[in-house]
Amino acid sequence: MNSRIQEATSSTASQRDAVIRVRGLRNQFGSQVVHDNLDLDVWRGEVLGIVGGSGTGKSVLLRTIVGLNTPAAGSIEVLGVDVLNGPEEDRRSIERHWGVAFQDGALFSSLTVLQNVMAPLREHTGLSEKLMESLGALKISLVGLPQLSCGKFPSELSGGMRKRAALARALALDPEIVFLDEPTAGLDPIGAAAYDELIGELQQALGLTVFMVTHDLDSLYAICDRIAVLAEQRVLVEGPIEDMTKVDHPWVQEYFTGPRARAAQQKGQDR
Amino acid sequence: MTKPMISSERDTEGTHVRISGELLTQSLASVEHDFAAIQPSADKVVFDLSQIEALDTGGAWLIADLGKRFTSNGGAVEILGAKPAHATLIDTVTRSIPGKPGKLEDPRSFMDWVADVGRGTFGAWKDTLSILEFLGLTLHRLFRTMVMPWRLRKAALVTHMEETGVKALPIVALMGFLIGVVLAFQGATQLKQFGAEIFVVELISISVLRELGILLTAIIVAGRSGSAFTASIGSMKVQEEIDAMRTLGLDPIEVLVIPRVLALLIMLPILGFISDIAGLFGGALMSWIDLGVSPGMFLTRLKENTDVWQLAVGLIKAPFFALVIGVISCWQAMQVRGSAQSVGQRTTASVVQSIFMVIVIDALFSIFFSEVGI
Repeated sequence: MNSRIQEATSSTASQRDAVIRVRGLRNQFGSQVVHDNLDLDVWRGEVLGIVGGSGTGKSVLLRTIVGLNTPAAGSIEVLGVDVLNGPEEDRRSIERHWGVAFQDGALFSSLTVLQNVMAPLREHTGLSEKLMESLGALKISLVGLPQLSCGKFPSELSGGMRKRAALARALALDPEIVFLDEPTAGLDPIGAAAYDELIGELQQALGLTVFMVTHDLDSLYAICDRIAVLAEQRVLVEGPIEDMTKVDHPWVQEYFTGPRARAAQQKGQDR
Repeated sequence: MTKPMISSERDTEGTHVRISGELLTQSLASVEHDFAAIQPSADKVVFDLSQIEALDTGGAWLIADLGKRFTSNGGAVEILGAKPAHATLIDTVTRSIPGKPGKLEDPRSFMDWVADVGRGTFGAWKDTLSILEFLGLTLHRLFRTMVMPWRLRKAALVTHMEETGVKALPIVALMGFLIGVVLAFQGATQLKQFGAEIFVVELISISVLRELGILLTAIIVAGRSGSAFTASIGSMKVQEEIDAMRTLGLDPIEVLVIPRVLALLIMLPILGFISDIAGLFGGALMSWIDLGVSPGMFLTRLKENTDVWQLAVGLIKAPFFALVIGVISCWQAMQVRGSAQSVGQRTTASVVQSIFMVIVIDALFSIFFSEVGI
């Protein structure tokens, strides 16, 4: 399970290995059905973008996969472990193999940025304080934050810096899968593009699998290998972005052929 | 999972470091010290990575850090047998290693401590001014609300009256009752010695009506509602709701503070009165059981010897207590900055300060009443 880098490099499109496998998922809040019979596969080493209109349950899907929300029905397998009904030990060990960066960072407000990044290391590894500090500082530097921000508290950071710090914390244990909830929402275009580039670079260098909920068409064109569109309570369509314009569905058509999509596509091609 | 292993040896060429197994963050603890123990030399370090099965940034950091220690010593780094992915990772990590490690906190010196005392003293003075300013603002808005009653948020007022008043009734009544019981019990033991059991009525009525009923009610309300005010408005402050209100032209004092303060102003005298009654009831019950003073005798004695002024003197303090609790808890809420921790600190400070100020004001009233002879 840990020899991810070899596998990431050796795996080709033909022998794909699903790190997340969702089958027949049903999510319901009261009488409101969010997902019904939803199937989704995420392949090792890919960047998957999840898109969908407001209220189609993109974040709910993310929360369900990482175990923050118990679905009404269905099964979810992450790295071969049944996260809903599997043995407790397996589920706990799985948590060390994923990292989640929440929409607003969700950094611990009483800890400094460095302490935030060190928190998972402290919990799950027996490393010395000095090494944890060094690794924390390395992660902070990897996500492009200045070292000055190590000693700052989350409330002293800007929104974009908080998102980067959240990513650094998500990467602390060198997870195989990273979940990102709207990573570029609320960033200026330059910051968003830099963040996209960062995700792409880290994904390449660390061999990550990235599960990204996003609305940002630029991100979709720039770094996503595949896109899954949520609509009508399920994954309506999935595939590379080029295929999306050919899908015969009003929402998908509007989303991927609108003026903003055309501009983003242009930008994506220029890169 | 194969444990990572490291072996190093020196020869004429330089230091050879051979690493095998899975060098991952979660298993670094076992090799951390082996890496630290390698002494950098001035010639060259050769890493043999051909036996490495897996590598992540944590492992790459150890390799890169050791390499850096050699280069800063004037040595060179050579990496042999690394898989392309591992080489890229080590490269990325080497480039990202921060120049100087991030410091968690500076060691504190004696002068820092002196500075803290100064800052604290100065801060206390500034806080006092700030509370007085807030009190003024609140009073101004209160009077404006009286002149323009349509500006009052009636739904909020009723909600807060229920929260701070109606829901506090059981605990306040129970507390009053128990205070009466305790006073009668303690008083009886002392008064029996002089055969002056009947004076237990005055003991209970004067101490409960003048002091204890309202004072303890105010303390309970400060703990119950003052903390709730600080926590709820403080959380709004963290969520930038207060800022949002300002941009919408809503006055946070009018919207948030006035309904709360007004609810306390209305409910605290009522709660105090109920606590007084419960105290007398508890005292009467205990006098009957312990001293044989019948309820009828208790009532007659109460009517004859206890002026209604005793009750008034107690209840007259209630609005002042209410204002102090409301203003301090809302002011503390407005001082919340940024984090959830700050909400907790301010809530604690709010309860401690309001209880303290309630007792101070009670003392001032005692002095005043004794000077004017009531």
